[in-house]
Amino acid sequence: MPAMLRKLAQRLGMLQHSFAGGVHPEMFKVTAGLPIEVAPIAPVHILPMKQHIGEACSPLVKVGDRVLRGQKIAKSEGYLSVPVHAPTSGRVVRIEEHAIPHPSGMGLPCIFVESDGLDEVDESLEPMADWREINPAILRERVRMCGLAGLGGAVFPTFIKLIQDKRFPIETLVLNGIECEPWLTNDHRMMLENPDDILSGMAIVMHMVGAKSGIIAIEDNKPDAATAMREALSRASDMENVRVVVLPTRYPQGSEKQLIYSLTGKEVAAGRLPMHIGVVCQNVGTSKAVHDAVMLGRTLTERLVTVSGDACDNPATMSVRLGMPVRTLFAQRGLDDLSGLHLLHGGPMMGERLKNVDVPVIKSTTGLLAMSNATMQQAHTEEQPCIRCGHCSEACPVHLVPNLLADACRSDQFDKAENYHLFDCIECGSCSYVCPSNIPLVHYFRYGKGQIAQTRREQIFAEASRKRSEARDARIEAEKAEKAARRSRVRQEHAPVKTGETVEPEAKDATQEKS
Amino acid sequence: MPVMLSPPHAHGGDSIRMTMLTVILALLPATAISVYLFGWLAVLLIVTCMGTALLTEALCLKWMKRPLSTLLDNSAALTGLFLALTLPAAVPWWMAVLASVFAIVLGKQIYGGLGYNIFNPALSARIILLISFPLHMTTWIMPMSAVEPALNLYDFSLCLSFFLVGPDALKVGFDAISMASPLGYVKTEATLGVPVSEALNAYNYSYLNAFLGFEAGSIGETSALALLIGGIFLLARHTITWHIPFSYIATVLLLAGLFNALYPEQFTPPLFHLFAGGLILCAFFMATDPVSSPVTPLGQIVFGIGCGVLTWSIRSFGGYPEGAMFAVLLMNCAVPLIDHYFRPRVYGYKSGGRS
Repeated sequence: MPAMLRKLAQRLGMLQHSFAGGVHPEMFKVTAGLPIEVAPIAPVHILPMKQHIGEACSPLVKVGDRVLRGQKIAKSEGYLSVPVHAPTSGRVVRIEEHAIPHPSGMGLPCIFVESDGLDEVDESLEPMADWREINPAILRERVRMCGLAGLGGAVFPTFIKLIQDKRFPIETLVLNGIECEPWLTNDHRMMLENPDDILSGMAIVMHMVGAKSGIIAIEDNKPDAATAMREALSRASDMENVRVVVLPTRYPQGSEKQLIYSLTGKEVAAGRLPMHIGVVCQNVGTSKAVHDAVMLGRTLTERLVTVSGDACDNPATMSVRLGMPVRTLFAQRGLDDLSGLHLLHGGPMMGERLKNVDVPVIKSTTGLLAMSNATMQQAHTEEQPCIRCGHCSEACPVHLVPNLLADACRSDQFDKAENYHLFDCIECGSCSYVCPSNIPLVHYFRYGKGQIAQTRREQIFAEASRKRSEARDARIEAEKAEKAARRSRVRQEHAPVKTGETVEPEAKDATQEKS
Repeated sequence: MPVMLSPPHAHGGDSIRMTMLTVILALLPATAISVYLFGWLAVLLIVTCMGTALLTEALCLKWMKRPLSTLLDNSAALTGLFLALTLPAAVPWWMAVLASVFAIVLGKQIYGGLGYNIFNPALSARIILLISFPLHMTTWIMPMSAVEPALNLYDFSLCLSFFLVGPDALKVGFDAISMASPLGYVKTEATLGVPVSEALNAYNYSYLNAFLGFEAGSIGETSALALLIGGIFLLARHTITWHIPFSYIATVLLLAGLFNALYPEQFTPPLFHLFAGGLILCAFFMATDPVSSPVTPLGQIVFGIGCGVLTWSIRSFGGYPEGAMFAVLLMNCAVPLIDHYFRPRVYGYKSGGRS
């Protein structure tokens, strides 16, 4: 009954919308009260050629080149791709494959920039303080060339979200300040320390997408951030259509589609984007980066990283230059010896365990958590049989039935898994979090997704080789036929002299068949 | 240490052991009242059932070369307790032992152990017994009557001999201590054409007594009050959700209310249904058994309605006076189907799975 009552209350406008499902993990926001600290520049910064969703970049510099801070050192080639910039001034010392933060432990080509300690800035990009007069397409190009990707952790190239499509006019820009992952406090600190820059970025984005109104969404465990943003709003001119909305603290409230539902009561249809219902979401950190790119002509060379975890005695929210080795950053917080600790890239709910501590900070590094062995063991105890308690279905914000879905994946029944909407799973981990049997449900979903993707690739490959072989057969056939035709032509040309009588009946037959 | 590469790297702390323990705790009021009403008989029955269940589980695990630590998940103990609470106080020891072995072996381990059984183990054992030994299983002792429930040594020896040898040991006639349950009595009278109200009067039926538990019945079923306290505890602890108990009880009350209003002399009133027999025990504890009930909220409502319809139908038209346990078992069969067809609408899809 509560669900129905809630729906009724929502209809009557008595209650705020709220997505169904979700969990309440303990938040551990130990760094929430500490000001942002600036991490020093590392001797060598490692810049992977792919720090975003989409295709990898290709280097524009060669070993020995001197680069300046903010200088473009790799160009984006694919559509879903943004360039890479040097985080500080120095010399390119190596361009080679190096490990990156990825669960597979895979490597990618990286540019190694050795700092010269001068931190000279490349000032070739002019600030665009008069952005109101500038065509959105030009501003968008600026955002792209500055290397902006969503700083909430998903690193979707920002400029793509800023494309105006006449068929789908944007009504609302949502600024996502939810930050629902435990431990992480980047967005929280950013809203406290740079509210005006965030708002300025927001105004620019609203101008670019043509949004009429704006919402800044903040969870109710950060009341000070909401206050700071409200105060900044009252200072700002012509932002009357923007309001701060405080939502109940619940994971994964910060997930784009769940957030849109909480704010508007509208669902983004499967396979579609928020823009199709007139909404664009941007992380508050990304908004600040837009401000920096447009107002200051600054490329994306640094981001906020929460360095924390229960094994980190001296945690902090840090402003870190991209490419900083993770090991160096932990050493900054007094963690020189990382043996016996478990390092997470991102929050504990969706973050990945780092296999290698020599990876660099990249655009998707929202947090680096050092967890003790005991804590991790507690979170990953031995899997027990599913007792079908249904807590996972209750917790799933997408309304899947995780235990049945995991069963299908585990037993390689992938048709069934797809029928159970495997690909709609957002891998938020709520189901695994509540499971009394400690079943690694997300792990099974990833396995299923991987296997299906593999099968599809193989199908495409098989299809291609089938076509190739068919084409080859057809070609051989055609050659044969041509050869035969040529031979008969040659015979015809030479034969009538010798064997004229035998040819005529054939021709007669042919005409008879035709008639 | 297990592989822990896959997120999430945090866990809410729920465990099977705690879930099962919570249900055992929720059954404590009912257990206490059963001891108060039936004295040593209830104690003997509960100890025998729980002990046998644990022992059988241990033997099964050993035979299947599974770790004995699995016993610590409390599920076997819970099955034993459940079973004891659904048995009449008058059953002999060997029947209790047999039922416990059935529950663990045929009800659970044969399907692959915890999580894989289709039926509620305790209920299936109880039904096997009901079908095999109908006389014993419908011979009720009046609470606080023939065998004094005081927990002293003299009564312990009396009860022990009763439990081990049977009623003959007490040198009292079976009739003196046995009686029909309200459900059974009304059912028998109805077959003789006696109107419901007259039958209830003749039985000297009191709603208050039925609510508190002073009626004949299985030792754990009699007190609606104790079971409701346990049920509310489970709801508060979020071990169960409201879907099954609510839809189950509401369906029974609705059907009983409707037919009682139309034909008051042939159909018993809704409150009678609520307090008599195992409805509350089944609604809060048996039907909500996670393993053998549907996973999704919608499916659980469908399941509850099915249980309700079956319970009321069997009680009103069937050959057995009590329908709750049959209803739950029958609905257990339908769970895979319910799980398949009553999945929630996925975010971003219209009903029917279209985007």
